[in-house]
Amino acid sequence: MSALSAKGLSVALDEREVLSDVGLEVGAGGWLSVIGPNGAGKSTLLRALAGLLGSRGEILVDGVPAARLKPRERARLMAYAPQTPALPPDMTVFDYALLGRTPYISYLGREGRTDRDVTAGVLERLDLGAFGARRLGHLSGGERQRVVLARALTQQARVLLLDEPTTALDLGHQQQVLELVDRLRLADRLTVISTLHDLNLAGQYADAMMLLAGGHAVASGSPVQVLTEELIGTHFGASVKVQAGPDGRPQVQLVRGER
Amino acid sequence: MITRSSPPRPAVTGGGARLRPLWVAGALVLLAGCMVAGLLAGAAEISPWAVVLQLYDWLPLVSADSGLAPVEQGLLQELRLPRVLLAAVVGGLLALAGAGYQGVFRNPLADPYLLGAAAGAGLTVTMAIVFVGGDAGSAAVPAAAFAGAIGGVFLAYALGHTARRSGDGTATLVLAGVAVTSFLTAIQTFVQQLKVEELQRIYSWILGDVGGGWDDLSLIAPYALLAATTMLLHGRMLDVLSVGDDEAVSLGVRAGRVRIVVLLAASLATAAAVAVSGLIAFVGIVVPHVVRRLAGGSYRIVLPLSLVGGAAFLVLADLVARTVLAPAELPIGVVTAFVGAPFFVFVLRVTRRVET
Repeated sequence: MSALSAKGLSVALDEREVLSDVGLEVGAGGWLSVIGPNGAGKSTLLRALAGLLGSRGEILVDGVPAARLKPRERARLMAYAPQTPALPPDMTVFDYALLGRTPYISYLGREGRTDRDVTAGVLERLDLGAFGARRLGHLSGGERQRVVLARALTQQARVLLLDEPTTALDLGHQQQVLELVDRLRLADRLTVISTLHDLNLAGQYADAMMLLAGGHAVASGSPVQVLTEELIGTHFGASVKVQAGPDGRPQVQLVRGER
Repeated sequence: MITRSSPPRPAVTGGGARLRPLWVAGALVLLAGCMVAGLLAGAAEISPWAVVLQLYDWLPLVSADSGLAPVEQGLLQELRLPRVLLAAVVGGLLALAGAGYQGVFRNPLADPYLLGAAAGAGLTVTMAIVFVGGDAGSAAVPAAAFAGAIGGVFLAYALGHTARRSGDGTATLVLAGVAVTSFLTAIQTFVQQLKVEELQRIYSWILGDVGGGWDDLSLIAPYALLAATTMLLHGRMLDVLSVGDDEAVSLGVRAGRVRIVVLLAASLATAAAVAVSGLIAFVGIVVPHVVRRLAGGSYRIVLPLSLVGGAAFLVLADLVARTVLAPAELPIGVVTAFVGAPFFVFVLRVTRRVET
């Protein structure tokens, strides 16, 4: 059974359809990377899957229709990290990560021992153990991304929806964050669905890809099937050369001055 | 599960989301000190010790001889005590409401009057004074202020809701508050021009006063209690909202509903305060900010400490208002604004530095 699947997913914003009839299926432990030009509907797709937007169509989480889940139940199954998370500068790393426990705490309740232990465990695991008392305003870009990931992990959800997790990070930190996600995914059989701007990174880490353009899923399959010169040329308006890298995964290079 | 490999009692501990007993105790001592000082200040000299003894004597089940004459006892009981208590309640409500609004709007500069509560109350009170007039008009002031404050917020909310296009709608709501405020203020100005001789009464209400006595206290007690309890219970929820609506929803929180509940409670608190004290500026901004700087930014800290700190601040402000020009009285709103306005600029500068 797939960890997350969607059928005929459509989203209209201001009466304009920004996502049309998108279908997807990701097995437990899989990593689906959604790519596409600006405005293709990548973030919208993630937000719709997370239940943040009204959508038509069907979303199944572990075989259960998401529409039938209460918000808290859904939050225990799926965690979402937005492209630009709001990080209150005065909040400490520990308190921020602890917010991930919200789906397990009643409306007017407070965190218990378990919640604190889970949070502490996650911080240790992400090498943030020493950062617990640090304020969010005092973190570097790479640290922030790890803290956001920590918050998603304390949620103990099986599905992670990550919207551009490497935005504004330098090369080394991009690699660090994606390696971390990959490690966690393999260790815990987490299911990851991410949008990624960088086609090479997307091709490196994902085991399945989907190309969105104008709200439609125009291609999906393995990285080799999706990252082709033709598809990228048509939908990104970019002239590229695609070659197989040493590990067989496709590598995309821009070609100068042909258009 | 992710943390199945449960780590041995982790050494990682949290930051500041807990209300430390020391802070609560400190704030309460500060409040008690301000209140005793408030009871001492006045034309008739009463020794501090006698006041303490007299307060003790009034407690149920115990008695003490304060040595105060009946006149002095009456003075304490009917004038100074209700005045200090009213200042404390109003100050606490305004500071709490300010903190609540700041949480709902995720904006440190939001204040209890942001959504038209002040303009609404200003208009209805002016109407009561101008159209009803005389003693009946004065008697109608608290009810008029209460209804006007609620009405102003309601108008802003309705307008903001219909104009909302996408997102969480807080920006639209603030703009609607601005529109409603200037619209109602325009009507209020027009109405007050109809009877210029009442200008002084209108203005002295606007500038604030906490001399209403026991009647005013019992009038707002139920609303104050309901509003304060509701807000204090929502500290953790406001912390969740502070990371943004999308994330709050993805954490299983119905962000819109939390926002409405806190907004209603904060508006009720504001209306209760406005009904008995006029428009006292800046308490709602100054106090939560001092608390944030000193004790931490979590709403579980900011809300309760703002309540106590706001109470202490307004008791002190009233003390200053009564004594600097004695036997004349300064309007209390003048004192709070005198401290508040420079502080407001300071906060603007500091928050700008944090955000960039």
